[in-house]
Amino acid sequence: MNVLRIPALVSRSGWIIIGLLAVFVLAAISASCQERPYFVTYSADLEEPGNLELETYNVVGNPQGGDPFIGSDVEFEYGVMTWWTTEFYLDGQATASQSTIFTGFRWENRFRPWLGHHAVNPVLYAEFEDTSADKSLREVVGHDGNDDFLVPNGIARLDKERELELKLILGSNAHGWDISENFITEKNFAEGGWEFGYAIGVSRPLQLAASTHECVFCREKFQVGAEMYGGLGTTDGFGTTQTSQYLGPTINWTAPNGLTVGMSPQFGLNSYSIPFLFRFSLSYEIEQVFSRFHR
Amino acid sequence: MNRARKYPLLLIIVASAITVFATSNGAWLAKVPGPYRDKSNPYRDQPDAVAAGRRVFEDHCAHCHGTDAEGTKKRPSLRSARVQQEATEGDLFWLLKNGSMGYGMPTWAKLGDPQIWQVITYVRSLHQEQAAK
Repeated sequence: MNVLRIPALVSRSGWIIIGLLAVFVLAAISASCQERPYFVTYSADLEEPGNLELETYNVVGNPQGGDPFIGSDVEFEYGVMTWWTTEFYLDGQATASQSTIFTGFRWENRFRPWLGHHAVNPVLYAEFEDTSADKSLREVVGHDGNDDFLVPNGIARLDKERELELKLILGSNAHGWDISENFITEKNFAEGGWEFGYAIGVSRPLQLAASTHECVFCREKFQVGAEMYGGLGTTDGFGTTQTSQYLGPTINWTAPNGLTVGMSPQFGLNSYSIPFLFRFSLSYEIEQVFSRFHR
Repeated sequence: MNRARKYPLLLIIVASAITVFATSNGAWLAKVPGPYRDKSNPYRDQPDAVAAGRRVFEDHCAHCHGTDAEGTKKRPSLRSARVQQEATEGDLFWLLKNGSMGYGMPTWAKLGDPQIWQVITYVRSLHQEQAAK
């Protein structure tokens, strides 16, 4: 029974995503991506001005004592300026034996105060989210953990969460390696104090130099890495105890038409974490999206 | 009182506009630190690097600078004397790595040094192509 309902969600939302992608694939003559293979960690890279990136991030998990779920979001990321990227998310989830629901939206903005390339490149991040029963796990903060996923959808969706999330993103590039660190703080407008979290990612393309000819499964098309993230408690109790922590390898592959596919098995590092998460993503970048309408 | 407050604001706006204008006219060249200017391109004149650089150019640069690098309405030609002669390859490497806010040019550090050099090799090959014609 559990197994049957999750594929039903995947196929339904999958068709929507495929439909959206197909429209833009037809609209775009060519496009390309150079995505970092992270699912939670943000790198210091911003979207190029005028480019629109369509992405879907998904996480499948089976919390201890609860029902398996899939959390998904569809993202529209647009490069407004060289120093400003804005992104709008639509979130949803399906939990086996329960329901498939739309969980809300998020609007985020990332600002790069100094454009030049430095040893450590800071990016400031601000997000407003309006969600309920969210299971997309795009960040872990405060005392988030396995138990949050045991609340049935019917009850969890009544708890509306309007939150402000701020991040300091630090990114470094050296010899092809990207090292990104995120320091996260989140505040629910209605209640509670500030919650804290972190995410760290390291990645590198398998080959740095481009090949002379277009190729499909050559090394330059793959980026591999690892990411680790977790909560850091709240203003009432800061630290890594009584909160969940995850670690896992990540990989992505960019197809010649610009579609990037990523995946990552991630492992809970303590008893507060969901033991295993599987993440996968699809992204597609359309270059200079609005200039296409001016021709 | 209000008028007195307006003048510094006006001054800031004018100064910003002048800075942006100056930067968009190639003043970025003056910003390039010496060690960058003197950097040598490890792929210089390599035919494979020209072909690979062309691929990277088509993927990331052509939408703004045109498929033939002759520029578009808003973005400059890369066949200009500034790019082909005045700037060293190290200058171009610095610009690609750091971007130019006034120019609307993003940083391309994420491509990694080898691909940046390959693009420069391709762009510089356009000068030889023009000369051959």
